[in-house]
Amino acid sequence: MSPRPSTRPLPAVRLDGRQTYDYRNIKISFGTDYGCCIVELGKTRVLGQVSCELVSPKLNRATEGILFFNLELSQMAAPGFEPGRQSDLLVKLNRLLERCLRNSKCIDTESLCVVAGEKVWQIRVDLHLLNHDGNIVDAASIAAIVALCHFRRPDVSVQGDEITLYALEERDPVPLSIHHMPICVSFAFFQQGTYLLVDPNEREERVMDGLLVIAMNKHREICTVQSSGGIMLLQDQVLRCSKIAGVKVAEITELIQKALENDRRVRKEGGKFGFAESIANQRITAFKMEKAPVDTSDVEEKAEEIIAEADPPSEAVSKPVLWTPGTAQIGEGIESSWGDLEEEDEEDEGGSDEVTILDSVKMETEDQNVGNHIGDDTPIVLSDSEEDEIIILEPGENPKKTRTQANCQQGKVPSKKAIRKKKQQPAD
Amino acid sequence: MAGLELLSDQGYRVDGRRAGELRKIQARMGVFAQADGSAYIEQGNTKALAVVYGPHEMRGSRSRALPDRALVNCQYSMATFSTGERKRRPHGDRKACEMGLQLRQTFEAAILTQLYPRSQIDIYVQVLQADGGNYAACVNAATLAVLDAGIPMRDFVCACSAGFVDGTALADLSHVEEAAGGPQVALALLPASGQLALLEMDARLHEDHLQQVLEAASQAARDVHALLDRVVRQHVREAALLLGD
Repeated sequence: MSPRPSTRPLPAVRLDGRQTYDYRNIKISFGTDYGCCIVELGKTRVLGQVSCELVSPKLNRATEGILFFNLELSQMAAPGFEPGRQSDLLVKLNRLLERCLRNSKCIDTESLCVVAGEKVWQIRVDLHLLNHDGNIVDAASIAAIVALCHFRRPDVSVQGDEITLYALEERDPVPLSIHHMPICVSFAFFQQGTYLLVDPNEREERVMDGLLVIAMNKHREICTVQSSGGIMLLQDQVLRCSKIAGVKVAEITELIQKALENDRRVRKEGGKFGFAESIANQRITAFKMEKAPVDTSDVEEKAEEIIAEADPPSEAVSKPVLWTPGTAQIGEGIESSWGDLEEEDEEDEGGSDEVTILDSVKMETEDQNVGNHIGDDTPIVLSDSEEDEIIILEPGENPKKTRTQANCQQGKVPSKKAIRKKKQQPAD
Repeated sequence: MAGLELLSDQGYRVDGRRAGELRKIQARMGVFAQADGSAYIEQGNTKALAVVYGPHEMRGSRSRALPDRALVNCQYSMATFSTGERKRRPHGDRKACEMGLQLRQTFEAAILTQLYPRSQIDIYVQVLQADGGNYAACVNAATLAVLDAGIPMRDFVCACSAGFVDGTALADLSHVEEAAGGPQVALALLPASGQLALLEMDARLHEDHLQQVLEAASQAARDVHALLDRVVRQHVREAALLLGD
């Protein structure tokens, strides 16, 4: 997005046609198990999986369950991701997600307690980045919260000292109690804060000055703010970003609710659900581009401008013939003349496509080559084959098809540009 | 913590301060003779020590050297005795790593790194006693240490934390106030231009209160700046006296 020196003010459009505050398409699909989901933000894909386990609680928090988040940057996500290298980015993302989801207390950890001081649920959220096309934070936070909302833990009952853990067949699993859904919104800063883009894709991330992440929920409560990349912010920029984030989060929360509702309905009605169902629609064999609306109203004017300013194309002259002795000259893929050799008496078609036939010739010996050399401009006859006619094709002419037989007449007058060289009779 | 009032009806906090009041700050520069620059700061009960080495040639991998700027390398560590419980913290700890990254981000923005291409500046910060506002104390100590080392900076980098309780913004949180679980903001400011080098916020805060909290934190950072400025001038005066000018 660079400012162009033109008389007309251009509408600000990003590389992929989005406006400055537009998100890419978000697609949420669920797996067959509860607590498994894939979130696609444009082409960035994150897989989230929630699992649970009964453990002893932490010593200083005996009545609270344990939440554990882990984001992994899979090596398939981007060429630069290697097992040891990406530690800075990984630490930053993990800490941001932890602060966003844990410190904001979106999950009621007290409800995860089974027996105080002895047994609590440990909820583990594993996020895997499958494809990196920018803005990992947003996609990961959406995946985490969707997976947590989708997850069902096994039902537990306590009788005295006995804890009974019911299997999935005995009792329906219980959803987690979630207070609110914090969602991260990323802002990329360019040119010392002049330009502010929401949801940067991978290319924009490479050239941005810095990133500001604001996590909010739909009640307009800010859960986390994190600035990174060494940008200098002003207070009013932060306040402006928080307002934009509020709007975006409301939209995304609605989308999440709809997706969860759809999945719940499909499972209840006994329809098919799971990743296989959602992936099948994408038809791997067909390339499909998502359409982005582009303003084409003044395309003609712009095109005229460009054409007027551009240089006219230079005259390109191609020389398919090598003008040096001793080089083999092979037929250039034009129509084969083998069939014509047998039809020597047949008149060729005058008015139809005229194609010059070049016979394939073999390499001349040096003596004959030297002898054949007439001048720089004239083509050199190279062959001592029986067929005598060699028509050299030059660009810009209408090639003519001619009979090339040793003993047959040269029936056609060659076109004015074709240079016809009589074959020198080979020495006996 | 049940029964603990963070802000009483008369407007006093747990340690008797008012809402916008900072804790007592005492700082000293040139604490170590060996290092290029060093500083020690006490913000209430939070004690932090910062040491700067540099600018010097790249240690380790030469390939990481930047052709047009200096590389700023920050390491943060908390002493095992710094918190209420003695806790052994491994070196590659995620939280320590994150703090190091944040310090690096803060100082890369403030130090004039273009003056020292292909060099490295090391900033090591150690927290000796953690009583809330760890990040802020580290940044303030590191600023003084960088100034002591004579490395040119755009401006002081002053940091402070702030919170929000009962509709009032509190400046410079202590450990008790942090542990209560309310919203907390940590902010690093370049006072002359008012630009934020780093902004970090945790826990739920309604959007309408954001401005109030940011204002309180900025004002507190400016108060810290006034204090640090005085410390630096005092130090320079002492050094000049010793040199016999």
